[in-house]
Amino acid sequence: MKETEDHATLAEAFNADEPRVNWHDETLWFIRQKRDKAAHTIPDWELLRETASQIKHNVLSNLHDYLLQFEANAKANGIIVHWAADAAEHNQIVHAILQKHGVDRIVKSKSMLTEECHLNEYLAEHGIEVIDSDLGERIVQLAKEPPSHIVLPCIHKKKEEIGDLFHEHLGTAPGVSDPQVLTEAARQHLRETFLTRRAALTGVNFAVAETGEFVICTNEGNADMGAHLADVHIACVGIEKIIPKREHLGVFLRLLARSATGQPITTYSSHFKKPREGHELHLVFVDNGRSTQLGREDFRNSLKCIRCGACMNTCPVYRRSGGHSYHAAVAGPIGAILAPNLDMKKNADLPFASTLCGSCSNVCPVKIDIHQQLYKWRQVIVQEGYADRKKTMGMKAMTQTFASPSTFKLAGKAGRWFMRNVPFVLNNKMNPWYKQREMPEPPKESFGEWYLRNRKKTDE
Amino acid sequence: MSSRDSILATVARNQPAGLPLPVVPSFVLEEEDLVEKFTNVAVGIGSKVFRVKSLEEVKQVLLEEHGTSGRIISSFPQFSAIAETAIAPDVDPHSLADVHLAVLPAQLGVAENGALWVTDAQLPLRVLPFICQHLALVVPQQSIVPLMQQAYEVIGVQDYGFGTFIAGPSKTADIEQSLVLGAHGARTLSIFLYYQTQDKRLIF
Repeated sequence: MKETEDHATLAEAFNADEPRVNWHDETLWFIRQKRDKAAHTIPDWELLRETASQIKHNVLSNLHDYLLQFEANAKANGIIVHWAADAAEHNQIVHAILQKHGVDRIVKSKSMLTEECHLNEYLAEHGIEVIDSDLGERIVQLAKEPPSHIVLPCIHKKKEEIGDLFHEHLGTAPGVSDPQVLTEAARQHLRETFLTRRAALTGVNFAVAETGEFVICTNEGNADMGAHLADVHIACVGIEKIIPKREHLGVFLRLLARSATGQPITTYSSHFKKPREGHELHLVFVDNGRSTQLGREDFRNSLKCIRCGACMNTCPVYRRSGGHSYHAAVAGPIGAILAPNLDMKKNADLPFASTLCGSCSNVCPVKIDIHQQLYKWRQVIVQEGYADRKKTMGMKAMTQTFASPSTFKLAGKAGRWFMRNVPFVLNNKMNPWYKQREMPEPPKESFGEWYLRNRKKTDE
Repeated sequence: MSSRDSILATVARNQPAGLPLPVVPSFVLEEEDLVEKFTNVAVGIGSKVFRVKSLEEVKQVLLEEHGTSGRIISSFPQFSAIAETAIAPDVDPHSLADVHLAVLPAQLGVAENGALWVTDAQLPLRVLPFICQHLALVVPQQSIVPLMQQAYEVIGVQDYGFGTFIAGPSKTADIEQSLVLGAHGARTLSIFLYYQTQDKRLIF
């Protein structure tokens, strides 16, 4: 199997087109600003975040009981509950339900969990066609790409590229790139899909233990169009998406859309409690490493995530490296602390894709200490021997240099001399520090030298 | 051991020591005029808001906005002259694909976000408010609550099969962040705030 390229390599490819990177950066910053504006309209915003955070802490510390409570209530409501230990089992469960109903084409609304499990590929291998119905997801599906953002799946695409895709696949006129016209074409195409698919698959935003109901939030109405028209509705949910009581929706629904896009709430917040008369409603609980993460004291808080994407929109690294550079279903800062739990070796590079500026933690609606977890993952990854060898060697050399004052002085002197007299020794393709960067003029003397000289003067 | 049991066992083993469930503080809305706040937010997210005194007024506004040519469904018997008002619950939801306009009551509205709450009790079929081209929701002005917190206080332990908050027309900004109204659900949402007097109650 081809080795996945690491974040730095993929980011470099993304950075080849500078105007495009600037555009990507500005677009996401614009969304971050909308989030700020929405948050600032609520005087109790910080109290709201703290409340949400505490509720999630309570959930994680009582998850076993809440899962059982949800299961019992959901069953009483007529929902069929399944449990999947990992991605493979999740995919098998979904496939078996579809087989039972003789379904070979389904419509799906957004579910990052099914991305994580690679459900679409699995079902395609078994002869089942999946059509993604969220507009952004449909666009990346037509482009044969994964989503690059959990809330805005095709944020990396220009409207002209989308116009070309629609021209090829949906028969729009060549050269059309007006978002209004393209959205209307997708509406017509997907309406036909909704009306002809007998099974609909959706994600879940919140599962309420107290009532056994679950809530799905969309702006487009695609989850509802799929679910209410199909004979079978399958909802896939990570075990951490539980909240204790219905009234807690009054906390989380105030935070989710404001943090995600700056909207006061999504257009639709649909509560599914019982199946339609004579129809089947399935819910598949998926673990896939979550129960392991729950046991990692330093990292369990990542399970508080409500998938708003605010940490991505604010991240200076995400904005300038693009979602695909994270080579994981969930990109950005939160993805970088979730992915190493699933596969530490494959995702060893991700916790290093951060400046540790902490902006992610500051905007997180459930107060996950994201940047601190990134820092802690780095330590675990180095200890487990998964760090980049060049980085390890560099760090070791740096440790030795900093540990000895004489080596440090000598290294400083040498560095300044080389930079001034033979810059090409340092400024070449071998040295990543010079990529898209110029170094400042080297000073004539070090701070140490300057200090010694000036202190003498004052002493005299 | 089944996956269910092994997941639950690992969760039980790995979950941290019990942390208390916080009491949710009593949040308040700064603005005092709920109708004004609701209207401003709802218009801001693309809804049209009308203040009316009778269902007759609702009918007039809708006829002006949408005409009479398309298929109209309403759960208000008062609309029987222009709409289908008795849709059987067991009708095939696909048969609603050509609905032009749906006129339905909502239980409550939320001032902070312009959302309206409807459940099976208001919906002849679950798919109706999504599949129709245009949606109109009628809500008593007195049923506007300040925040989502108060909305859930009113909802309480309602035993619905399906319920949804609807805030504005269906929309997307997936193409270069350009806002487009009318993604997969209704293209427009008209909200009628009904002023309910003591002596002349609207029957839902």
